[in-house]
Amino acid sequence: MGWKRKDLLSMQDIDAAEITEVLDTAESMKEIATREIKKVPTLRGKTVVNLFFESSTRTRTSFEIAGKWLSADVINFSASGSSAEKGESLLDTAKNIEAMSPDVVVVRHKAAGAPALLARHLRCSVVNAGDGAHEHPTQALLDLLTIREKKGHLEGLNVSIVGDVTHSRVARSNIHAMKKMGITVTVAGPPTLIPPACQELGVKVSHRPEEAIAHADVIMMLRLQHERMTGGFIPSIREYSRVWGLSLARLQRCRPDVLIMHPGPVNRGVELAPEVADGRYSVILDQVANGVAVRMAVLYLLTGSKAA
Amino acid sequence: MSLLIVNGRVLDPANGVDGVQDVLVIDGRIAKLGKALETPAGTETVDAGGKVLCPGLIDMHVHLREPGHEYKETVASGTRAAAAGGFTAVCCMANTFPVNDNRAVTDYILARARVEGVVRVYPIGAVTRNLEGTQLAEMAEQAEAGCVAFSDDGKCVMNAGLYRRAMEYALPFGTPIISHAEDGHLAHGGAMNEGIVSTELGLDGQPGASEEVMVARDIVLAELTGAHLHIAHISTAGAVRMVREAKARGVRVTAEVTPHHLLLTDEAVRSYDPNTKMAPPLRAKRDVEALIEALADGTIDCIATDHAPQALSDKEDEFAEAANGVVGLETAVPLLLDRLVRPGILDLATLVTRLSVAPARLLNLPGGSLAPGAHADITVLDLEQPWTVNPARFRSRSRNTPFAGFEGHGAPWMTIVGGAPVTP
Repeated sequence: MGWKRKDLLSMQDIDAAEITEVLDTAESMKEIATREIKKVPTLRGKTVVNLFFESSTRTRTSFEIAGKWLSADVINFSASGSSAEKGESLLDTAKNIEAMSPDVVVVRHKAAGAPALLARHLRCSVVNAGDGAHEHPTQALLDLLTIREKKGHLEGLNVSIVGDVTHSRVARSNIHAMKKMGITVTVAGPPTLIPPACQELGVKVSHRPEEAIAHADVIMMLRLQHERMTGGFIPSIREYSRVWGLSLARLQRCRPDVLIMHPGPVNRGVELAPEVADGRYSVILDQVANGVAVRMAVLYLLTGSKAA
Repeated sequence: MSLLIVNGRVLDPANGVDGVQDVLVIDGRIAKLGKALETPAGTETVDAGGKVLCPGLIDMHVHLREPGHEYKETVASGTRAAAAGGFTAVCCMANTFPVNDNRAVTDYILARARVEGVVRVYPIGAVTRNLEGTQLAEMAEQAEAGCVAFSDDGKCVMNAGLYRRAMEYALPFGTPIISHAEDGHLAHGGAMNEGIVSTELGLDGQPGASEEVMVARDIVLAELTGAHLHIAHISTAGAVRMVREAKARGVRVTAEVTPHHLLLTDEAVRSYDPNTKMAPPLRAKRDVEALIEALADGTIDCIATDHAPQALSDKEDEFAEAANGVVGLETAVPLLLDRLVRPGILDLATLVTRLSVAPARLLNLPGGSLAPGAHADITVLDLEQPWTVNPARFRSRSRNTPFAGFEGHGAPWMTIVGGAPVTP
């Protein structure tokens, strides 16, 4: 096995063996979190730049901790608004950062394809930390790690992804990754929130919540952005929550060993009832913990494994 | 001043001519076709052996960007690009700055063309003031000044009542109204075609329906008013179907298609290369198949490039933020010759009809014919010339093409305007 990629941009262009390699590496990284001194020298002398053009707490912090536990120097660069608003192009910003010789640039951007644009122009590694409604590969990897831990395997499982699939990069990355790992994926939501031609991604599509969750081994609830109401996708948050929210009552009709996942941040009382989010089926905080391990694995594979 | 072009294959579909003949040009007009022609003293001779002479190609949809956006293109650079691409005339759209919605701007464009244009320039005037879609532009004066059609191209006049009035008002001028058919609410700022590719890329898509509902509306309005409606850059199978059906009913509707919509699909957007972004967007394979079929059967009357120069700074950006448009003048003819004529999808006479005869007819322009007495606007093609698209060598000031690196055979060899070969 040997990691060959310069960048991690999407789950669509990564194969099952590579996914397994990241998950196995992440598993070995998890032990570091249990140590008294959470630091290994693996990436000493390496520089990781978190280039976040869109606000994020969880993902940025997760990458930062991952880098620091591996002894990399981690620099956070936050730029709100689009590059056009700042008057500097995305490429100019990136080239300025490259001039400072980072080893990895972690990019979060509201525009789909922005990390791909950077990867084409930068010599260093680029990690996509979420680009518009395109992909969020490390989220899919941490989700797979969580499922594998809890279920012991991935192949043959049924996963239902419920909610605003149209605008979800998490859904897209998970669909690609799960299909490759032999998981049967169902996406569910009102037709306005299911993207065009979605079946062609190789998933089942359901517009009935009960049907979507009945046989699922894992239910992944997606965050509903409030602006979907003004955009004409749903009439009201109230109605969405009543039809699509995962309540305790609805949970009773799920499999007894179901896992409830959510990429966060949770809209309590909208897509998830608070007692479900905090309940015994919920693995939401395991996802967050595994996020650090997966990002350590990704940083290591992109830089450290070459040096070692 | 006279010019004799010998040994070329003369292909003049409007007059049913296809054969090796010599062409004598005197004082900017076709004087005679035949063999062993008598020539006046001092006639220059060009040997076009192995080449094809056809009536000068006309691109009825270009953006010359002057006045206002000279950093993207000028009348000088745009007409040089046209000549290099085998076009002897171009029609330039009104979305300049200021907008060509009054006689002064039309006069200015024509003055620039007289001073530094190397091919004929026919301006297209705006339908509404400042392309705002709220008040009619002064179309009568613009027609008088030389506008050959009216269009808010780049924008769609969303007010059907106003558009109906525009169609009626333009009736006496005999000029078509050219529609950029795009329902703004349905398109909703979508950066590409809606479908599986937009879903995978996470980009907002605009459905083909956003074009089709406007084509449907405009056909109904053309029927109501009796106006000549011309659909710009038609791009979907559904729009083609409606135009075909309307023509069969006798509605005065014509349509044009761009080379990029004929040759590329939304699969090209997978690279997130902004040079694959334009309005309307690259569509699906079934649309492309319908466009080619409609081009062959005449449902689509002409090919126009929608040459839309954009500076690197407007293009090299996040896909959703990048400006729309691609340049087309210098790549259209080579691409069409190689990808459509060479494999036998379209015969050469039909291509010449779509690029010369039809635009001349539907805009009432001189051209489209090599009959004696006609303007000596001649495009000479070399069907065997190998080529590679190299944007660095464009005469256009802009480089925004999705065809960089494409290779093929067949290219314009000489562009003659008013009897004089143009050096682009």
